[in-house]
Amino acid sequence: MNAPFYKFDLFGFDVSLIIAFVIGIGFGFALERGGFGSARILAAQFYFTNMRVLKVMFTAIVTAMIGVFYLSYIGYLDLSLIFISDTYIIPQVVGGLILGMGFIIGGYCPGTSFVAFSTGKKDAIVFILGVTFGIFIFAELFPFIEDFYYSTNMGRVTLPDFFGLSYGMVVFLVVLMALGAFAAAEWGERVMAKKGESK
Amino acid sequence: MTALTHILSKVKLQVTDKEHTHSHVEAKPYSNPYYVGFGLGLVLLAAFVIMGRGLGASGAVSSVVTVGVNAVAPEHAQNNGYFSSYIGDGSVSPLKDWLVFEVLGVIFGGFLSGMLAGRVKGGVEKGPRVKTRTRFIFAFIGGTLMGFGAKLARGCTSGQALTGGALLGLGSWAFMLAVFAGGYALAYFMRRQWT
Repeated sequence: MNAPFYKFDLFGFDVSLIIAFVIGIGFGFALERGGFGSARILAAQFYFTNMRVLKVMFTAIVTAMIGVFYLSYIGYLDLSLIFISDTYIIPQVVGGLILGMGFIIGGYCPGTSFVAFSTGKKDAIVFILGVTFGIFIFAELFPFIEDFYYSTNMGRVTLPDFFGLSYGMVVFLVVLMALGAFAAAEWGERVMAKKGESK
Repeated sequence: MTALTHILSKVKLQVTDKEHTHSHVEAKPYSNPYYVGFGLGLVLLAAFVIMGRGLGASGAVSSVVTVGVNAVAPEHAQNNGYFSSYIGDGSVSPLKDWLVFEVLGVIFGGFLSGMLAGRVKGGVEKGPRVKTRTRFIFAFIGGTLMGFGAKLARGCTSGQALTGGALLGLGSWAFMLAVFAGGYALAYFMRRQWT
């Protein structure tokens, strides 16, 4: 086992901040290349006219997932040292629904709004102010929603744990699902393009 | 003489050509989504291997909000269960945080990519049927919901869907499905803003 490097004390906290900046550059660069600095492209996902969000996201998830699986399989990466947030199933589903509504109303998510801001989009600045305000409201209301926030704690549970399948099997199933989603997305875009032409 | 005017006109043509390309830098089309996804996946994998953690975005805003509230009303912030978790024992500024530096990188990386492709142009992202004012109001409301939802879910599209998705976290996958459900549920009512 050699990785994660930080957990094996290969470098300290200050260096980790430099690494954060460099990894962030890669993250922002990729998001901009993908067209995620444009709220119209992001929103198009929800009208089936441009499925880039799904394609980029699932390709990224599959790539990193296979990488993690392979590196831990050959004994290079200690999966137990990678931070996975605990599952609090109900607050997370409710949070996801609220966030999804915020996505189609506001046009961005936090990460993409920073990229849109960096390319000068004015609506992204307003959106970021909204995110700031939303977090402020959440923290101010925290004493009242604390019980709900900590409810339905299932601990550090993964899909393999939950379904009682091997890690490799779940990886395989996710890859199959992603390929199916890509095929459906390509087909959906073609149908919507034809619909657009006939209008 | 005719040769000279011929050359001159050619030079002039070249100059106007140059001016033309300078004043109308065409934004390059966005890259192939599968290649971008592969690249993004490698960045995420690098974060796992080097740091033992994934990517994020909303957490950085929480740090900034905490610092703001702590500056204006320190007692209030330190008595609040949420802000106090970001303040810690107070020895290190909440801004000296991994996600804060990562987000600074995101802004720089996005700008770099945009510059190289001629896409740093400003403007407002909206459909042709709504006014800028309307768009701004919706951007603020959407952002507020996004901030609130991300805190409740313990992460946003980056920290939960992307990172937790690749690590096969149960809560992250449930979250991801909920995000798409919430978006599709409201898409019909929001169509004027985008199409």
